[in-house]
Amino acid sequence: MEKQIILNKRHIELTLKRLCYQLIESHNDFSNAIIIGLQPRGIHVVTRLKKELEAILNKEIVCGNLDITFYRDDFRRRERPLIPSVTNIDFDIEGKNIILVDDVLYTGRTIRAGLDALLAFGRPSKVELLAFIDRRFNRDLPIQADYIGVNVDTLSQERVSVEWNEIEGEDKVILFTPENNG
Amino acid sequence: MDNLSVDHIIGIKDLTKADIELILKTAETFKQVINRPIKKVPSLRDITIANLFFENSTRTRLSFELAEKRLSADVVNFSAANSSVKKGETLVDTTNNILSMKVDMVVMRHPNPGAAKFLSERVNARIINAGDGTHEHPTQALLDAFSIREQLGTLEGKKVVIVGDILHSRVALSNIYCLQKMGAEVMVCGPTTLIPKYISELGVKVEHNLRKALEWCDAANMLRIQLERQDIKYFPSLREYSMLFGLDKKLLDSLDKKIVIMHPGPINRGVEITSDVADSDQSIILQQVENGVAVRMACIYLLASKIER
Repeated sequence: MEKQIILNKRHIELTLKRLCYQLIESHNDFSNAIIIGLQPRGIHVVTRLKKELEAILNKEIVCGNLDITFYRDDFRRRERPLIPSVTNIDFDIEGKNIILVDDVLYTGRTIRAGLDALLAFGRPSKVELLAFIDRRFNRDLPIQADYIGVNVDTLSQERVSVEWNEIEGEDKVILFTPENNG
Repeated sequence: MDNLSVDHIIGIKDLTKADIELILKTAETFKQVINRPIKKVPSLRDITIANLFFENSTRTRLSFELAEKRLSADVVNFSAANSSVKKGETLVDTTNNILSMKVDMVVMRHPNPGAAKFLSERVNARIINAGDGTHEHPTQALLDAFSIREQLGTLEGKKVVIVGDILHSRVALSNIYCLQKMGAEVMVCGPTTLIPKYISELGVKVEHNLRKALEWCDAANMLRIQLERQDIKYFPSLREYSMLFGLDKKLLDSLDKKIVIMHPGPINRGVEITSDVADSDQSIILQQVENGVAVRMACIYLLASKIER
Protein backbone atom coordinates (compact mmCIF):
# COMPACT_ATOMS: atom_id res chain seq x y z
CA MET A 1 0.00 0.00 0.00
CA GLU A 2 1.23 3.46 -0.89
CA LYS A 3 0.71 6.10 1.81
CA GLN A 4 -0.16 9.69 1.13
CA ILE A 5 -0.96 12.27 3.79
CA ILE A 6 -3.90 14.28 2.50
CA LEU A 7 -4.55 16.40 5.62
CA ASN A 8 -2.10 17.52 8.25
CA LYS A 9 -2.51 18.87 11.78
CA ARG A 10 -3.13 22.47 10.67
CA HIS A 11 -5.77 21.45 8.10
CA ILE A 12 -7.53 19.23 10.60
CA GLU A 13 -7.73 22.04 13.14
CA LEU A 14 -9.14 24.46 10.60
CA THR A 15 -11.69 21.94 9.37
CA LEU A 16 -12.84 21.13 12.90
CA LYS A 17 -13.25 24.86 13.64
CA ARG A 18 -15.33 25.35 10.50
CA LEU A 19 -17.52 22.37 11.33
CA CYS A 20 -18.13 23.81 14.81
CA TYR A 21 -19.30 27.15 13.41
CA GLN A 22 -21.55 25.33 10.92
CA LEU A 23 -23.07 23.38 13.79
CA ILE A 24 -23.61 26.58 15.79
CA GLU A 25 -25.31 28.12 12.74
CA SER A 26 -27.90 25.33 12.75
CA HIS A 27 -28.18 24.60 16.45
CA ASN A 28 -27.55 28.01 18.11
CA ASP A 29 -26.58 27.40 21.71
CA PHE A 30 -27.05 23.61 21.55
CA SER A 31 -29.88 23.75 24.10
CA ASN A 32 -31.79 21.03 22.25
CA ALA A 33 -28.92 19.38 20.39
CA ILE A 34 -26.84 16.34 21.24
CA ILE A 35 -23.73 15.04 19.49
CA ILE A 36 -23.35 11.26 19.23
CA GLY A 37 -20.21 9.63 17.93
CA LEU A 38 -20.25 6.25 16.23
CA GLN A 39 -17.94 3.63 17.71
CA PRO A 40 -15.13 2.93 17.25
CA ARG A 41 -13.59 5.90 15.38
CA GLY A 42 -16.31 8.55 15.31
CA ILE A 43 -15.91 9.18 19.02
CA HIS A 44 -12.53 10.83 18.53
CA VAL A 45 -14.07 13.40 16.20
CA VAL A 46 -16.68 14.06 18.89
CA THR A 47 -14.03 14.56 21.57
CA ARG A 48 -12.44 17.28 19.43
CA LEU A 49 -15.72 18.92 18.43
CA LYS A 50 -16.86 18.98 22.05
CA LYS A 51 -13.66 20.66 23.21
CA GLU A 52 -13.84 23.24 20.44
CA LEU A 53 -17.57 23.96 20.85
CA GLU A 54 -17.28 24.30 24.61
CA ALA A 55 -14.48 26.82 24.15
CA ILE A 56 -16.59 28.85 21.70
CA LEU A 57 -19.95 28.65 23.50
CA ASN A 58 -18.56 28.52 27.02
CA LYS A 59 -21.03 25.84 28.11
CA GLU A 60 -21.16 22.07 28.38
CA ILE A 61 -22.17 20.20 25.23
CA VAL A 62 -23.97 16.86 25.75
CA CYS A 63 -22.18 14.09 23.87
CA GLY A 64 -22.54 10.31 23.69
CA ASN A 65 -21.06 7.21 22.05
CA LEU A 66 -23.09 4.74 20.04
CA ASP A 67 -22.00 1.20 19.23
CA ILE A 68 -23.67 -0.23 16.15
CA THR A 69 -22.24 -3.77 16.17
CA PHE A 70 -25.54 -5.58 16.69
CA TYR A 71 -27.28 -3.56 13.96
CA ARG A 72 -24.76 -4.21 11.20
CA ASP A 73 -25.83 -6.00 8.03
CA ASP A 74 -22.67 -8.11 7.67
CA PHE A 75 -23.10 -10.45 10.67
CA ARG A 76 -22.01 -13.98 9.60
CA ARG A 77 -20.60 -12.57 6.37
CA ARG A 78 -17.21 -12.05 7.96
CA GLU A 79 -14.49 -14.44 9.08
CA ARG A 80 -14.62 -13.31 12.69
CA PRO A 81 -17.51 -12.29 14.91
CA LEU A 82 -18.19 -8.59 15.30
CA ILE A 83 -17.10 -7.61 18.80
CA PRO A 84 -19.02 -4.71 20.31
CA SER A 85 -17.64 -1.51 21.86
CA VAL A 86 -19.24 0.59 24.58
CA THR A 87 -22.41 2.58 24.09
CA ASN A 88 -22.67 5.59 26.32
CA ILE A 89 -26.04 7.30 26.01
CA ASP A 90 -27.16 8.13 29.54
CA PHE A 91 -29.58 10.88 28.53
CA ASP A 92 -32.98 11.03 26.90
CA ILE A 93 -32.91 11.55 23.12
CA GLU A 94 -36.71 11.91 22.80
CA GLY A 95 -37.49 15.11 20.91
CA LYS A 96 -33.83 16.15 20.63
CA ASN A 97 -31.85 17.17 17.57
CA ILE A 98 -29.16 14.56 17.16
CA ILE A 99 -25.95 15.02 15.22
CA LEU A 100 -24.47 11.62 14.37
CA VAL A 101 -20.73 11.83 13.85
CA ASP A 102 -18.33 9.47 12.09
CA ASP A 103 -14.79 9.93 10.87
CA VAL A 104 -15.16 8.50 7.36
CA LEU A 105 -18.40 8.25 5.39
CA TYR A 106 -17.86 5.53 2.80
CA THR A 107 -20.55 3.00 1.80
CA GLY A 108 -23.18 4.48 4.14
CA ARG A 109 -23.83 1.08 5.74
CA THR A 110 -22.44 2.11 9.11
CA ILE A 111 -24.73 5.13 9.18
CA ARG A 112 -27.72 2.98 8.22
CA ALA A 113 -26.93 0.72 11.19
CA GLY A 114 -26.30 3.80 13.35
CA LEU A 115 -29.80 5.12 12.63
CA ASP A 116 -31.34 1.80 13.67
CA ALA A 117 -29.22 1.68 16.81
CA LEU A 118 -30.10 5.26 17.69
CA LEU A 119 -33.85 4.71 17.36
CA ALA A 120 -33.66 1.95 19.99
CA PHE A 121 -33.14 4.78 22.50
CA GLY A 122 -36.23 6.76 21.56
CA ARG A 123 -37.59 9.10 18.90
CA PRO A 124 -35.41 12.12 18.27
CA SER A 125 -37.03 15.11 16.59
CA LYS A 126 -34.30 15.30 13.96
CA VAL A 127 -31.14 13.40 13.06
CA GLU A 128 -28.28 14.95 11.10
CA LEU A 129 -25.03 13.47 9.94
CA LEU A 130 -21.54 14.91 10.25
CA ALA A 131 -18.74 13.15 8.39
CA PHE A 132 -15.19 14.34 8.86
CA ILE A 133 -14.15 12.70 5.59
CA ASP A 134 -16.67 12.01 2.83
CA ARG A 135 -15.62 9.44 0.20
CA ARG A 136 -18.46 10.67 -1.93
CA PHE A 137 -18.24 8.35 -4.95
CA ASN A 138 -18.34 5.08 -3.01
CA ARG A 139 -21.85 4.96 -1.58
CA ASP A 140 -23.88 1.69 -1.44
CA LEU A 141 -26.92 3.33 0.13
CA PRO A 142 -28.73 6.63 -0.43
CA ILE A 143 -27.16 8.41 2.55
CA GLN A 144 -25.57 11.89 2.49
CA ALA A 145 -23.93 13.96 5.21
CA ASP A 146 -25.29 17.35 6.35
CA TYR A 147 -21.87 18.55 7.49
CA ILE A 148 -18.73 17.48 5.68
CA GLY A 149 -15.18 18.10 6.81
CA VAL A 150 -13.40 17.26 3.60
CA ASN A 151 -14.53 15.55 0.42
CA VAL A 152 -12.08 12.92 -0.76
CA ASP A 153 -12.51 11.26 -4.13
CA THR A 154 -11.29 7.69 -3.91
CA LEU A 155 -11.45 4.35 -5.63
CA SER A 156 -13.07 1.52 -3.72
CA GLN A 157 -9.78 -0.39 -3.38
CA GLU A 158 -8.22 2.61 -1.63
CA ARG A 159 -8.51 3.24 2.10
CA VAL A 160 -8.73 6.45 4.10
CA SER A 161 -7.63 6.57 7.71
CA VAL A 162 -8.06 9.46 10.13
CA GLU A 163 -5.45 9.44 12.88
CA TRP A 164 -5.52 11.47 16.08
CA ASN A 165 -2.87 12.81 18.36
CA GLU A 166 -4.50 11.15 21.41
CA ILE A 167 -4.51 7.70 19.82
CA GLU A 168 -1.87 7.42 17.12
CA GLY A 169 0.37 10.23 18.29
CA GLU A 170 -0.26 12.65 15.42
CA ASP A 171 -3.20 14.39 13.75
CA LYS A 172 -3.33 13.38 10.09
CA VAL A 173 -5.49 11.88 7.38
CA ILE A 174 -3.85 9.22 5.24
CA LEU A 175 -4.88 7.83 1.87
CA PHE A 176 -3.70 4.27 1.22
CA THR A 177 -3.48 3.25 -2.44
CA PRO A 178 -2.67 -0.28 -3.63
CA GLU A 179 0.79 -0.41 -5.28
CA ASN A 180 -0.39 -1.86 -8.60
CA ASN A 181 -3.00 0.84 -9.10
CA GLY A 182 -1.85 2.29 -12.45
CA MET B 1 -8.94 -12.98 20.89
CA ASP B 2 -12.21 -12.29 19.16
CA ASN B 3 -13.53 -15.71 18.28
CA LEU B 4 -14.62 -18.69 20.39
CA SER B 5 -12.32 -21.71 20.17
CA VAL B 6 -15.30 -24.09 20.24
CA ASP B 7 -18.20 -24.78 17.86
CA HIS B 8 -20.62 -25.81 20.61
CA ILE B 9 -20.98 -24.80 24.23
CA ILE B 10 -21.14 -28.22 25.85
CA GLY B 11 -19.25 -27.55 29.06
CA ILE B 12 -16.92 -25.08 30.71
CA LYS B 13 -14.28 -27.82 30.66
CA ASP B 14 -13.85 -27.31 26.89
CA LEU B 15 -13.63 -23.50 27.06
CA THR B 16 -10.37 -21.60 27.37
CA LYS B 17 -9.88 -18.63 29.68
CA ALA B 18 -9.92 -16.39 26.59
CA ASP B 19 -13.31 -17.86 25.56
CA ILE B 20 -14.75 -17.09 28.98
CA GLU B 21 -13.29 -13.56 28.93
CA LEU B 22 -14.82 -13.00 25.47
CA ILE B 23 -18.25 -14.22 26.57
CA LEU B 24 -18.23 -12.08 29.73
CA LYS B 25 -17.06 -9.00 27.82
CA THR B 26 -19.73 -9.45 25.16
CA ALA B 27 -22.33 -10.01 27.89
CA GLU B 28 -21.51 -6.59 29.37
CA THR B 29 -22.66 -4.96 26.14
CA PHE B 30 -25.79 -7.08 26.04
CA LYS B 31 -26.56 -6.06 29.61
CA GLN B 32 -26.63 -2.47 28.35
CA VAL B 33 -28.89 -3.53 25.48
CA ILE B 34 -31.48 -5.18 27.73
CA ASN B 35 -31.68 -2.05 29.85
CA ARG B 36 -32.62 0.18 26.91
CA PRO B 37 -36.17 1.29 26.10
CA ILE B 38 -36.03 -1.05 23.08
CA LYS B 39 -34.36 -4.21 24.33
CA LYS B 40 -33.97 -5.90 21.01
CA VAL B 41 -31.18 -5.97 18.42
CA PRO B 42 -31.52 -7.37 14.89
CA SER B 43 -28.28 -9.41 14.73
CA LEU B 44 -29.81 -12.91 14.49
CA ARG B 45 -32.69 -12.15 12.13
CA ASP B 46 -31.86 -15.08 9.87
CA ILE B 47 -31.15 -17.66 12.60
CA THR B 48 -33.63 -20.20 13.95
CA ILE B 49 -33.07 -21.74 17.36
CA ALA B 50 -34.81 -24.77 18.85
CA ASN B 51 -35.10 -25.07 22.62
CA LEU B 52 -35.28 -28.77 23.44
CA PHE B 53 -36.14 -29.34 27.07
CA PHE B 54 -36.25 -32.99 28.07
CA GLU B 55 -36.30 -31.98 31.72
CA ASN B 56 -38.30 -29.41 33.64
CA SER B 57 -37.06 -25.86 33.74
CA THR B 58 -38.60 -22.46 34.26
CA ARG B 59 -35.80 -19.98 34.70
CA THR B 60 -33.31 -21.39 32.21
CA ARG B 61 -35.88 -21.91 29.48
CA LEU B 62 -37.38 -18.45 29.90
CA SER B 63 -33.95 -16.91 30.06
CA PHE B 64 -32.80 -18.63 26.87
CA GLU B 65 -36.03 -17.78 25.09
CA LEU B 66 -35.77 -14.12 26.07
CA ALA B 67 -32.11 -14.02 25.04
CA GLU B 68 -32.96 -15.53 21.65
CA LYS B 69 -35.88 -13.18 21.07
CA ARG B 70 -33.86 -10.13 22.07
CA LEU B 71 -31.35 -11.09 19.40
CA SER B 72 -34.25 -11.34 16.90
CA ALA B 73 -33.80 -15.06 16.29
CA ASP B 74 -36.79 -17.23 15.43
CA VAL B 75 -37.53 -19.60 18.27
CA VAL B 76 -39.23 -22.98 18.47
CA ASN B 77 -39.87 -24.60 21.83
CA PHE B 78 -40.11 -28.25 22.57
CA SER B 79 -40.67 -29.98 25.85
CA ALA B 80 -40.49 -33.72 26.20
CA ALA B 81 -43.63 -33.96 28.31
CA ASN B 82 -45.95 -33.57 25.33
CA SER B 83 -43.93 -34.92 22.43
CA SER B 84 -43.15 -38.03 20.39
CA VAL B 85 -40.36 -38.87 22.84
CA LYS B 86 -43.14 -40.44 24.82
CA LYS B 87 -43.90 -42.60 21.78
CA GLY B 88 -40.35 -43.98 21.72
CA GLU B 89 -38.49 -41.65 19.36
CA THR B 90 -34.73 -41.43 19.95
CA LEU B 91 -32.91 -38.19 20.79
CA VAL B 92 -31.07 -38.09 17.44
CA ASP B 93 -34.27 -38.74 15.50
CA THR B 94 -36.18 -36.09 17.38
CA THR B 95 -33.43 -33.56 16.82
CA ASN B 96 -32.91 -34.42 13.15
CA ASN B 97 -36.63 -34.03 12.55
CA ILE B 98 -36.50 -30.61 14.09
CA LEU B 99 -33.37 -29.73 12.12
CA SER B 100 -35.08 -30.76 8.87
CA MET B 101 -37.26 -27.75 9.49
CA LYS B 102 -34.08 -25.66 9.03
CA VAL B 103 -32.99 -24.95 12.57
CA ASP B 104 -29.48 -23.55 13.01
CA MET B 105 -28.91 -23.92 16.72
CA VAL B 106 -30.17 -26.18 19.47
CA VAL B 107 -30.38 -25.32 23.16
CA MET B 108 -30.88 -28.54 25.04
CA ARG B 109 -31.53 -29.67 28.59
CA HIS B 110 -31.50 -33.39 29.14
CA PRO B 111 -31.51 -35.64 32.23
CA ASN B 112 -28.58 -37.76 30.94
CA PRO B 113 -24.98 -36.59 31.43
CA GLY B 114 -23.25 -36.30 28.05
CA ALA B 115 -26.46 -35.84 26.05
CA ALA B 116 -25.31 -32.49 24.63
CA LYS B 117 -21.95 -33.90 23.53
CA PHE B 118 -23.68 -36.94 22.02
CA LEU B 119 -25.94 -34.67 20.03
CA SER B 120 -23.14 -32.35 18.90
CA GLU B 121 -21.35 -35.32 17.34
CA ARG B 122 -24.40 -36.48 15.41
CA VAL B 123 -26.39 -33.54 14.17
CA ASN B 124 -25.49 -30.61 12.00
CA ALA B 125 -26.28 -27.66 14.27
CA ARG B 126 -24.60 -25.60 16.98
CA ILE B 127 -25.44 -26.99 20.39
CA ILE B 128 -25.70 -25.10 23.67
CA ASN B 129 -25.95 -27.28 26.73
CA ALA B 130 -28.62 -25.95 29.09
CA GLY B 131 -27.86 -28.67 31.63
CA ASP B 132 -27.16 -32.36 31.07
CA GLY B 133 -28.05 -34.41 34.14
CA THR B 134 -25.46 -34.11 36.89
CA HIS B 135 -22.70 -33.15 34.45
CA GLU B 136 -22.48 -29.49 33.40
CA HIS B 137 -24.58 -26.34 33.15
CA PRO B 138 -22.16 -23.97 31.42
CA THR B 139 -24.34 -20.89 31.02
CA GLN B 140 -25.19 -20.92 34.73
CA ALA B 141 -21.49 -20.95 35.61
CA LEU B 142 -20.83 -18.12 33.16
CA LEU B 143 -23.59 -15.98 34.61
CA ASP B 144 -22.36 -16.73 38.14
CA ALA B 145 -18.85 -15.67 37.12
CA PHE B 146 -20.27 -12.53 35.47
CA SER B 147 -22.26 -11.69 38.62
CA ILE B 148 -19.32 -12.22 40.98
CA ARG B 149 -17.08 -10.12 38.74
CA GLU B 150 -19.71 -7.39 38.67
CA GLN B 151 -19.81 -7.33 42.50
CA LEU B 152 -16.13 -7.86 43.30
CA GLY B 153 -14.53 -6.27 40.24
CA THR B 154 -12.50 -9.34 39.34
CA LEU B 155 -12.39 -13.10 39.79
CA GLU B 156 -8.62 -13.30 40.02
CA GLY B 157 -7.64 -14.35 43.54
CA LYS B 158 -11.22 -14.27 44.89
CA LYS B 159 -12.49 -17.04 47.11
CA VAL B 160 -15.80 -18.70 46.34
CA VAL B 161 -17.48 -21.42 48.35
CA ILE B 162 -20.15 -23.67 46.85
CA VAL B 163 -22.43 -25.02 49.56
CA GLY B 164 -24.85 -27.93 49.42
CA ASP B 165 -25.53 -30.87 47.17
CA ILE B 166 -22.26 -30.99 45.21
CA LEU B 167 -22.76 -34.65 44.27
CA HIS B 168 -25.86 -34.08 42.14
CA SER B 169 -25.09 -30.55 41.00
CA ARG B 170 -24.13 -29.68 37.44
CA VAL B 171 -23.99 -26.06 38.58
CA ALA B 172 -21.23 -26.97 41.04
CA LEU B 173 -19.07 -28.75 38.46
CA SER B 174 -19.39 -26.00 35.84
CA ASN B 175 -18.74 -23.36 38.49
CA ILE B 176 -15.60 -25.11 39.69
CA TYR B 177 -14.16 -25.24 36.16
CA CYS B 178 -15.18 -21.68 35.34
CA LEU B 179 -13.97 -20.04 38.55
CA GLN B 180 -10.66 -21.89 38.48
CA LYS B 181 -10.03 -20.95 34.86
CA MET B 182 -10.64 -17.33 35.79
CA GLY B 183 -8.15 -17.49 38.64
CA ALA B 184 -10.48 -17.81 41.63
CA GLU B 185 -10.08 -20.25 44.51
CA VAL B 186 -12.94 -22.66 45.06
CA MET B 187 -14.10 -24.51 48.16
CA VAL B 188 -17.00 -26.93 48.42
CA CYS B 189 -18.97 -27.34 51.63
CA GLY B 190 -21.66 -29.83 52.55
CA PRO B 191 -22.40 -33.11 54.29
CA THR B 192 -19.82 -35.84 53.57
CA THR B 193 -22.42 -37.87 51.69
CA LEU B 194 -23.13 -35.07 49.22
CA ILE B 195 -19.49 -34.31 48.39
CA PRO B 196 -17.95 -36.57 45.74
CA LYS B 197 -15.11 -38.67 47.15
CA TYR B 198 -12.38 -37.50 44.78
CA ILE B 199 -13.44 -33.89 44.32
CA SER B 200 -10.15 -32.59 45.73
CA GLU B 201 -8.54 -33.98 42.55
CA LEU B 202 -10.11 -30.95 40.83
CA GLY B 203 -8.04 -28.71 43.06
CA VAL B 204 -10.87 -27.53 45.30
CA LYS B 205 -10.81 -27.27 49.07
CA VAL B 206 -13.32 -29.33 51.04
CA GLU B 207 -14.93 -28.10 54.25
CA HIS B 208 -17.72 -29.60 56.31
CA ASN B 209 -18.26 -26.67 58.63
CA LEU B 210 -20.38 -23.92 57.10
CA ARG B 211 -19.15 -21.18 59.44
CA LYS B 212 -15.49 -21.89 58.61
CA ALA B 213 -16.32 -21.95 54.91
CA LEU B 214 -18.09 -18.60 55.07
CA GLU B 215 -15.29 -17.03 57.07
CA TRP B 216 -12.88 -18.08 54.30
CA CYS B 217 -14.85 -16.87 51.28
CA ASP B 218 -15.67 -13.64 49.41
CA ALA B 219 -18.79 -15.10 47.80
CA ALA B 220 -21.00 -18.06 48.68
CA ASN B 221 -23.07 -19.96 46.15
CA MET B 222 -25.85 -21.76 48.02
CA LEU B 223 -27.11 -24.74 46.02
CA ARG B 224 -30.49 -26.36 46.26
CA ILE B 225 -30.87 -29.85 47.68
CA GLN B 226 -31.94 -31.82 44.61
CA LEU B 227 -34.36 -34.25 46.18
CA GLU B 228 -35.54 -35.33 42.74
CA ARG B 229 -32.11 -36.75 41.91
CA GLN B 230 -31.53 -38.43 45.25
CA ASP B 231 -32.44 -42.09 44.95
CA ILE B 232 -31.37 -42.86 48.52
CA LYS B 233 -31.29 -40.82 51.72
CA TYR B 234 -28.06 -38.82 51.92
CA PHE B 235 -28.83 -37.09 55.22
CA PRO B 236 -31.26 -37.85 58.03
CA SER B 237 -33.70 -34.98 57.51
CA LEU B 238 -34.10 -31.61 55.80
CA ARG B 239 -34.39 -30.06 59.25
CA GLU B 240 -30.99 -31.41 60.23
CA TYR B 241 -29.49 -30.30 56.91
CA SER B 242 -30.80 -26.80 57.32
CA MET B 243 -29.49 -26.60 60.89
CA LEU B 244 -25.98 -27.58 59.81
CA PHE B 245 -25.72 -26.19 56.29
CA GLY B 246 -28.54 -23.67 56.02
CA LEU B 247 -27.52 -20.00 55.99
CA ASP B 248 -29.54 -17.70 58.24
CA LYS B 249 -29.26 -13.99 58.98
CA LYS B 250 -27.72 -14.57 62.39
CA LEU B 251 -24.83 -16.54 60.91
CA LEU B 252 -24.41 -14.06 58.06
CA ASP B 253 -24.35 -11.05 60.41
CA SER B 254 -21.89 -12.73 62.77
CA LEU B 255 -19.21 -12.78 60.04
CA ASP B 256 -16.70 -9.95 60.26
CA LYS B 257 -17.05 -9.12 56.52
CA LYS B 258 -19.78 -8.70 53.92
CA ILE B 259 -19.82 -11.68 51.61
CA VAL B 260 -21.84 -11.97 48.40
CA ILE B 261 -24.70 -14.48 48.55
CA MET B 262 -25.73 -16.30 45.39
CA HIS B 263 -28.22 -19.00 44.52
CA PRO B 264 -28.87 -20.54 41.10
CA GLY B 265 -32.55 -21.03 41.93
CA PRO B 266 -35.10 -22.34 42.54
CA ILE B 267 -34.73 -21.47 46.21
CA ASN B 268 -36.07 -23.73 48.90
CA ARG B 269 -36.64 -20.97 51.42
CA GLY B 270 -35.79 -22.14 54.92
CA VAL B 271 -33.69 -25.08 53.72
CA GLU B 272 -30.43 -23.85 52.19
CA ILE B 273 -31.05 -20.19 52.98
CA THR B 274 -33.66 -18.39 55.03
CA SER B 275 -35.95 -15.77 53.51
CA ASP B 276 -34.25 -12.84 55.25
CA VAL B 277 -30.91 -13.86 53.74
CA ALA B 278 -32.37 -14.41 50.26
CA ASP B 279 -33.94 -10.94 50.37
CA SER B 280 -31.00 -9.17 52.07
CA ASP B 281 -28.81 -6.57 50.38
CA GLN B 282 -25.93 -9.05 50.28
CA SER B 283 -27.93 -11.41 48.09
CA ILE B 284 -27.54 -11.00 44.32
CA ILE B 285 -29.98 -13.75 43.39
CA LEU B 286 -32.16 -11.52 41.21
CA GLN B 287 -29.15 -9.83 39.58
CA GLN B 288 -28.01 -13.34 38.64
CA VAL B 289 -31.29 -13.87 36.80
CA GLU B 290 -30.95 -10.55 34.95
CA ASN B 291 -27.33 -11.30 34.07
CA GLY B 292 -28.42 -14.73 32.85
CA VAL B 293 -30.21 -13.21 29.88
CA ALA B 294 -27.19 -11.06 28.94
CA VAL B 295 -24.72 -13.94 29.28
CA ARG B 296 -26.93 -16.24 27.19
CA MET B 297 -27.27 -13.55 24.54
CA ALA B 298 -23.48 -13.40 24.40
CA CYS B 299 -23.14 -17.20 24.07
CA ILE B 300 -25.75 -17.38 21.32
CA TYR B 301 -24.37 -14.35 19.48
CA LEU B 302 -20.80 -15.63 19.48
CA LEU B 303 -21.79 -19.17 18.44
CA ALA B 304 -24.17 -17.91 15.76
CA SER B 305 -21.39 -15.88 14.17
CA LYS B 306 -19.73 -19.22 13.38
CA ILE B 307 -22.70 -20.61 11.46
CA GLU B 308 -21.89 -20.69 7.76
CA ARG B 309 -24.27 -18.92 5.45
